[in-house]
Amino acid sequence: MKNYIRKFYYGDIPEEKGGFHNTPLGDGGKQSDWPLWEVFIRSKQGLDHKHVGSLHATDAQMAIENARDVYTRRMEGVSIWVVESKYIHASNPEEAGELFEPAEDKIYRHPTFYQLPDEVNQM
Amino acid sequence: MNQSLIDYTLHLADNSLILGQRNSEWCGHGPVLEQDIAITNISLDLIGQARNFYQYAAQLINDSQKKQGSQVSPLGGDLEGASEDSLAYLRKEREFKNCLLVEQPNVDWAQTILRQFFFSQYQHLLLQELQNSKDEQLAAIAEKSLKEVTYHLRWSSEWVIRLGDGTEESHQRMLNAIDELWRYTGEIFEPVSYERQAANEKIGVDVSKLKEPWENKVKDVFTEATLLFPVKTFMQTGGKEGKHTENLGYILTELQYMQRAYPGCEW
Repeated sequence: MKNYIRKFYYGDIPEEKGGFHNTPLGDGGKQSDWPLWEVFIRSKQGLDHKHVGSLHATDAQMAIENARDVYTRRMEGVSIWVVESKYIHASNPEEAGELFEPAEDKIYRHPTFYQLPDEVNQM
Repeated sequence: MNQSLIDYTLHLADNSLILGQRNSEWCGHGPVLEQDIAITNISLDLIGQARNFYQYAAQLINDSQKKQGSQVSPLGGDLEGASEDSLAYLRKEREFKNCLLVEQPNVDWAQTILRQFFFSQYQHLLLQELQNSKDEQLAAIAEKSLKEVTYHLRWSSEWVIRLGDGTEESHQRMLNAIDELWRYTGEIFEPVSYERQAANEKIGVDVSKLKEPWENKVKDVFTEATLLFPVKTFMQTGGKEGKHTENLGYILTELQYMQRAYPGCEW
């Protein structure tokens, strides 16, 4: 039962730790040479690029064109970044416990003990 | 003068509509998801251009009829005058003025790409000139469509290079595609009567002048794609005057079936 659902993580997490492995898509593995690219779109000048999805492409030029065709159909963006998935180093969600939970109970790191005067209360 | 402007506009509209219709046959059948979306996006762009041209042509036809005081629609049916829909859905094969290149079948990805490349390279040069047309409406449509066509040209030329300079199989498929399509590339540069008339009045473009820049650009891309520029000289003609290959009959059957079976039906 547990092998029927494969959870894929973004980035370069090796397969043994649950990361995505470039499996062949079509006949005879011909498309296994097409690397996976992550796509980031910025909707307006000055904002940050947001991750919108991923796609397969053979090279950077094609990846940008595919991203333009697939992810900007409804004027979602004016700028596209594409990065090959293997270059994204991601934290392994299975290590989330040791990486992130210790910060939950360290309330002294948050600036919440100041008494703000009413005039600047919206800070 | 008016009739040649109408014919010229219909010619531009038919080119875009038929190529859009051909490309749309890839919907759901593309080799890869992203390319399926790419080719159908291009198809939508082309149909959008066709709509603009048809709307203008319908307006010209209706205006000229009012001048002649006729109440009869030249297209028959229950429609009062012409509309973009009647022009697209109710004309017969011989009334369509598209060139032969756009009605050729898809066959495989290589032939689709090559057809798109040949046409987009021609359309890019054409629209750049058409922006300077004395007819404001045509110039405006040209300016708007040029951005889309620039992308079509870029996309298709990169694919020509990818397939030509690719594997043994893709190279062979490109050679077959060139063999099939080359004979339809001459017609687009031979002006027919309404094109000559429109060009004389500075409304249309003299397409014979586009031939050399087109050939040079195609040569550049072919060189990079390691494909040989063909030296065959026999060219098929007739599309712009209504004499089409039998492909158009099948295309129009699909396109027009609903309107002809259920006249006046709406979504």
